[in-house]
Amino acid sequence: MSKLLTLTLNGRERVDAVADNVLLLDYLREVVGLTGTKTCCDGGECGACTVLADDEPVLACLCLANACAGRRIETVEALGESGRLAPIQQGFHEKLGAQCGFCTPGLIMAAEGLLRRNPRPNEDEIRAALSSNICRCTGYVKIIEAVQWAAGLGAAEKPS
Amino acid sequence: MELLPPFELLRPTTVEQALAWRLENPNSRLLGGGTDLIVNLRRGIGEAPQALIDLNQIDEMTVIAGDGAALRIGASVKLAALAAHPLVRAHYPGLAQAAASVAAATQRNMATVGGNLCLDTRCIFYNQSEWWRASNDYCLKYGGSKCHVAPKSKVCYATFSGDLAPALLVLEGEVEIIGRGGRRTAPLAELYSRDGRDYLSLAREEFVCSVTARAAPGLRAAYDKIRVRRAIEFPLAGVAVALARDGDKLGALRVAVTGTNPWPVLLEETAALCGGGVDEALLQRFDALLKAQLMAMKTTFTSGHYRRRAATVLARRLVRRLFDGGYMGETR
Repeated sequence: MSKLLTLTLNGRERVDAVADNVLLLDYLREVVGLTGTKTCCDGGECGACTVLADDEPVLACLCLANACAGRRIETVEALGESGRLAPIQQGFHEKLGAQCGFCTPGLIMAAEGLLRRNPRPNEDEIRAALSSNICRCTGYVKIIEAVQWAAGLGAAEKPS
Repeated sequence: MELLPPFELLRPTTVEQALAWRLENPNSRLLGGGTDLIVNLRRGIGEAPQALIDLNQIDEMTVIAGDGAALRIGASVKLAALAAHPLVRAHYPGLAQAAASVAAATQRNMATVGGNLCLDTRCIFYNQSEWWRASNDYCLKYGGSKCHVAPKSKVCYATFSGDLAPALLVLEGEVEIIGRGGRRTAPLAELYSRDGRDYLSLAREEFVCSVTARAAPGLRAAYDKIRVRRAIEFPLAGVAVALARDGDKLGALRVAVTGTNPWPVLLEETAALCGGGVDEALLQRFDALLKAQLMAMKTTFTSGHYRRRAATVLARRLVRRLFDGGYMGETR
């Protein structure tokens, strides 16, 4: 059964007819065409589909799209402006936080959620905030450095 | 993973509306955070529901209220909110620790208190794809007639794995239940039926609206668990302990364990351990109580024997640390 779903996606209000059994992940990828959010384990175990709902990281593979009515959803496509990377994206670039890159959008959104809530996290807080996200390439060290860079802890290295 | 079956999503804003829709849709399921339910529906576990009733829009179910003596937590409160709540952290540290230990950070932004209390029991023969279960001729928990964990068993041994239940059981937890007759309250222990298949004692239309906890003056409580890794995984064993000292003696002791039995076990006969100090002789009597009442079976990739041993070690450590003073465990 389809309903009219109204939500704010990446800063713009949208209205779409969406069936009740459609996941937020499939809505984003198949209906809207935003494929930055990845389908990976597809069962809430890996974090690759992490998006922000009202600034909090959630797993899009476990959310029903129609249960997000009225919420403010942001995907990795919301970051960066006019071709300039957002600080967290720049951090992954500077610190080589991505290898194959498939988990990266999820990690970036989980880290973005952390930095909005806590702009100066310590390493334990970063590790805790990324604990829902699995990367099979890296040892997480460069990912943590990427978040620290974005948090301004690597401010000395930032280009002016 | 398969596609979700077709269903209607209902989003009530009052408990009365939720109950009315529950009565109209006997084949409905209740949606909290969906972190377990959505996975199970996509694996074809349980009858495909005609409706999902989303309990997250009901204001009274999203509130944490109380003081240092008593606490009421709405069933739709998110685990992240419970773990971070200043009142809970200050006066109910064991509960905050349990909430902060569920799955990992992002799941806790979604998962709810009611969902964790009513978490479906788990087993390696049950939490599998439709294809896997069909090729194994299903099992006693759903769709089949044989328990693969205990082939001669007439009952299902699927294990209860929620972390909040033990932490609330040791704080005299009570659940508020909405049903045909209105509201009723029951001790949390009575929410569970002790059968892994039909693991809740609720009537078809009933649902949990809130849970309460009490912190008696001087009570020290903590929660600890063991799992394959420190994130995402369900517990292999989780233990909550609440105790009070009476001078140099153990004045009160309550212990509850998850991850071993088809229900969260509130350990019986702990009163007999009170009245003396905490020494090796007492801890050996404590071990014996745990061994007699925990019945971990091979429902996970680790053996039942290992999980029972692990629960015993966790319980001993918590009792010693709480008795020796101050230590409230690590909130993580």
